[in-house]
Amino acid sequence: MSFLSKVIAWFSDPSNWHGSDGIPTRLIEHIQISAEAVVIGALIALPIGITLGHYRRFGNLAINLSNVGRAVPSFAILVVAFQVFGLGNLPIIVALAALAVPPMLTNSYVALSEVDADIREAARGMGYRELAQLFRVEIPLAVPLLMAGIRTSAVQVVATATLAAEIAGGGLGRYIIDGYAQQIYTQVFAGAVLVALLALATEVSLSGLERVLVPRGLRLLRAPVVQRATTFKTA
Amino acid sequence: MTAPVFLDVVDPWINWDWLSTHMPLFLTALQDHVTLTLIAVAGGLVISIPLGIGAHRWGVLRNPILTVSGILYTIPSLALFSLLVPYTGLSGLTAEIGLISYTVLILVRNILVGLEAVPRDVLDAADGMGYRPMRRLIAVELPLALPAIFAGLRIATVTTIGLVTVAALIGVGGLGQLILRGLVDNFHTPLVVATVLSIALAFVADLGLAGAQRLAVPWTRSA
Repeated sequence: MSFLSKVIAWFSDPSNWHGSDGIPTRLIEHIQISAEAVVIGALIALPIGITLGHYRRFGNLAINLSNVGRAVPSFAILVVAFQVFGLGNLPIIVALAALAVPPMLTNSYVALSEVDADIREAARGMGYRELAQLFRVEIPLAVPLLMAGIRTSAVQVVATATLAAEIAGGGLGRYIIDGYAQQIYTQVFAGAVLVALLALATEVSLSGLERVLVPRGLRLLRAPVVQRATTFKTA
Repeated sequence: MTAPVFLDVVDPWINWDWLSTHMPLFLTALQDHVTLTLIAVAGGLVISIPLGIGAHRWGVLRNPILTVSGILYTIPSLALFSLLVPYTGLSGLTAEIGLISYTVLILVRNILVGLEAVPRDVLDAADGMGYRPMRRLIAVELPLALPAIFAGLRIATVTTIGLVTVAALIGVGGLGQLILRGLVDNFHTPLVVATVLSIALAFVADLGLAGAQRLAVPWTRSA
């Protein structure tokens, strides 16, 4: 039996679709922990990035945070969090949320600070108060880059959550880590396929959401967000 | 009053005695880490320059190149390594294929940004001076794209230094091995020292490339 047919056999084995080590359970664990981390990270990063970008202050700090984030190995953060907080989901959530912060903070800073000064002036001239200007003019204009930051973070959190299996976490990484430990390479490969698909699905679905959220007027502009968004890969 | 019966042995974050007798361990890991990173970035650059120029010159290639490298970039490193293991084994080659494919997206994107930012007037002037396309590319466009290319090189290098630690999970050397050892032995020193070394290496590499950029593109210094 060739390697790939063994992998297909693994996927068609019903026992891999049930119970606490089944694909649905592992998938839900993976999504749940990633979602929690991204939401916590967003609650920290977006208000700070948006505020700094709105006032155009501490730009170096906001941009350099991504450089620092890239330099810190995600695997090390996970292990250090594990040593500090012990077993359970807490160290994983803390580490993943910390990883989620830099791309969102940097991109939201850039997004807000790039809003055209003429547009801000026009909003002020039309009688918008500061908060109304922020929420009804600046943030809608910043949506493409804001969403790019959230998407980058989410994909990286999903990727890093795979490594959490190394510190006794759940999720799809279990198949890979356990597979290596027991030298069951079909399971490693199947787990890798699942992880890769989940990361790609995260990217594609958040790109879709981005397209829905971008104001119609901006869609016509087709501004090359890709080139201004921060590339960020930690796992 | 009775003393607590359990042994209260606290593992310090860094055990300096152990560290002083185990320096060679860290030096070897650091060397492996640097080698793995250098091969990944150099390999990525060799692949990205023709791809970037091709995507710039022939518009049809642009989307396929960016899409394929974007998909590879999105796949988590442990998954990409694991997908390669059946074919290339638990080896440095497996790690390098993965790491190189990540640097390609960053580098191609920055090469494109750099080439596309060359002002139309400059190109016209070069054409007017009788530059052939190849010479124009080498003597005019690529030098003007260098700042963007260097920016990509810095991001790719720092990113790779971080990602090499993940390669420890498929048994490839580098500082990740010591992080893993700290985890498995529940011993803080190798974990902390390897983490600090990895971060320090990233900063030194970034500073070094920034210095190289200043030398390579002196005309941007006063900007």
